[in-house]
Amino acid sequence: MGIIKTDKVTYEYIRRDDEGNVSGITKAVDEVNIDVQPGEFISILGHNGSGKSTLAKQINAILTPSEGEVYVDGLLTSEEKNTWEVRQRAGMVFQNPDNQIIGQLVEEDVGFGPENLGIPTDQIWERVNESLKLLGMLDYSKHSPNKLSGGQKQRVSIAGVLAMHPKCIIFDEPTAMLDPHGRREVIRAARALNDVEKITIVLITHYMEETIYSDRIFVMDKGHIAMEGTPKEIFSQVEKLEELHLGVPQATKVAHELKKAGMPIPDGILTRQELREELKKCL
Amino acid sequence: MSMTLDHVNCIYSADTNHSVHALKDICLTINDGEFIGLIGHTGCGKSTLVQHLNGLLKPTSGQILFDGEDINAKGYDRKALRGKVGLVFQYPEHQLFEADVFSDVCFGPTNLGLDRKEVELRAYEALKSVGVDDDDFYNSPFELSGGQKRRVAIAGVLAMKPQILILDEPTAGLDPQGRVEILELISHLHRDEHMTIILVSHSMDDVADYAERLIVMEHGSIVYDDVPGEVFKNVRELERMDLGVPEVTYIMRAIRRIGYDVDDTTTKVDDAVEQILGLYRDKNRKQDI
Repeated sequence: MGIIKTDKVTYEYIRRDDEGNVSGITKAVDEVNIDVQPGEFISILGHNGSGKSTLAKQINAILTPSEGEVYVDGLLTSEEKNTWEVRQRAGMVFQNPDNQIIGQLVEEDVGFGPENLGIPTDQIWERVNESLKLLGMLDYSKHSPNKLSGGQKQRVSIAGVLAMHPKCIIFDEPTAMLDPHGRREVIRAARALNDVEKITIVLITHYMEETIYSDRIFVMDKGHIAMEGTPKEIFSQVEKLEELHLGVPQATKVAHELKKAGMPIPDGILTRQELREELKKCL
Repeated sequence: MSMTLDHVNCIYSADTNHSVHALKDICLTINDGEFIGLIGHTGCGKSTLVQHLNGLLKPTSGQILFDGEDINAKGYDRKALRGKVGLVFQYPEHQLFEADVFSDVCFGPTNLGLDRKEVELRAYEALKSVGVDDDDFYNSPFELSGGQKRRVAIAGVLAMKPQILILDEPTAGLDPQGRVEILELISHLHRDEHMTIILVSHSMDDVADYAERLIVMEHGSIVYDDVPGEVFKNVRELERMDLGVPEVTYIMRAIRRIGYDVDDTTTKVDDAVEQILGLYRDKNRKQDI
């Protein structure tokens, strides 16, 4: 069994009217099966409302499935006694850095997680320093988080999760509120944690460019997994992605249009460098 | 109805030891019917600048003239100004507050002191123009999707019938489909309703397809003010400012570098495809001969 395994996971939101009667049920996640191996970098793509965040929240037991089961590192998330253990092993980074920073100083904020785990004080400091160092934020440990840029705040949030020594980190649209520079900082940090620390990463996003380095991509639509494969496999299917209200990276788009017009260009071009090499061959 | 900024300076917390010079001697004219992209890295002063345009912030020195009148002069009707210069903030959906969509959109025009009938007519037209279904008019705005909420929030500003519409990062946090919808809506307001548009963004890709004039800011000053093609020639400088150029422009530059004569200021996918296909056909024709 992988580090994250979902078995026919279904999550229903129940809508109620003013009197509290049930007025409708929305299946945000509908019988989803995924199996993530330790050390993998997984991306989940989908338009707003496709169910990707609802799925993610079930991986660290913020939500538990209406039906089906989620296992994190072999632990069943719906068992209440596992909740804290699950959250320690699968950390989560959210969209808005301002909603997840609580400390007066950067180092206090990062220390909050391990402190709650009951780690002895000297070890907390060790973990705080080590995490901040990994994210390139050690110089800011005595700063107030309020004065940092969005990308820096998000890196502090990641350090806070990292200090709990998780096996896996789920990023729920971590770059949606950042500028291009901040986005690069965060994605670089996620990739480094995967490469160097071998932490399993689940990245939820709707920026296609951020997913091209993942091992596998899942595309969600209406609560289902609509597509699954390597970035090359996924981005070869330009029309299908557009049907699912998702774009493709612009290099992929240009390559696809050229191919459609009859040029001998292969599917699944992801970067402008690849496109340039292909054009060299046929121009 | 042009707007002119004459040597505008803005200093936050002036006279303290942590003062910030957010706008430095800005001189700028915004003409009727323009579509301007205002671009810059976080903290460059672009949001500060637009908050000066409808009188939310007062310049530390310098003047802002709307239709020839100083908007910060004593006795100037700034309330009326805010109806004429509509500002859609970042994440405008965070400011929705009424119980239903229709009432929320009525809020702005009601405050302009219009009579009930006119308010409702305007709210109806505004909601229609942003593409909100009649069925959703009496739903709670909080039950809508992110993209829909944002459109309702924009309708709230449109209902005041502004002549200049300023949008601060209107596509932040939206998925690709939602992003295109909002940008198409803005483009329609410009093209068909002849509204002057100022689109504030840090994404070159957002502004490149739509804006007719690009203003690039850095450290409180205007660095470039020109048509997009001209601005995108300064790739090195733009990269130093962490802005870069649209991905398509990079692609065309890469092709030019390997020796093909393409226009490296191209910003649109269709144009790029057209040019590359042209090269391909030329080559095949030569081979045939």
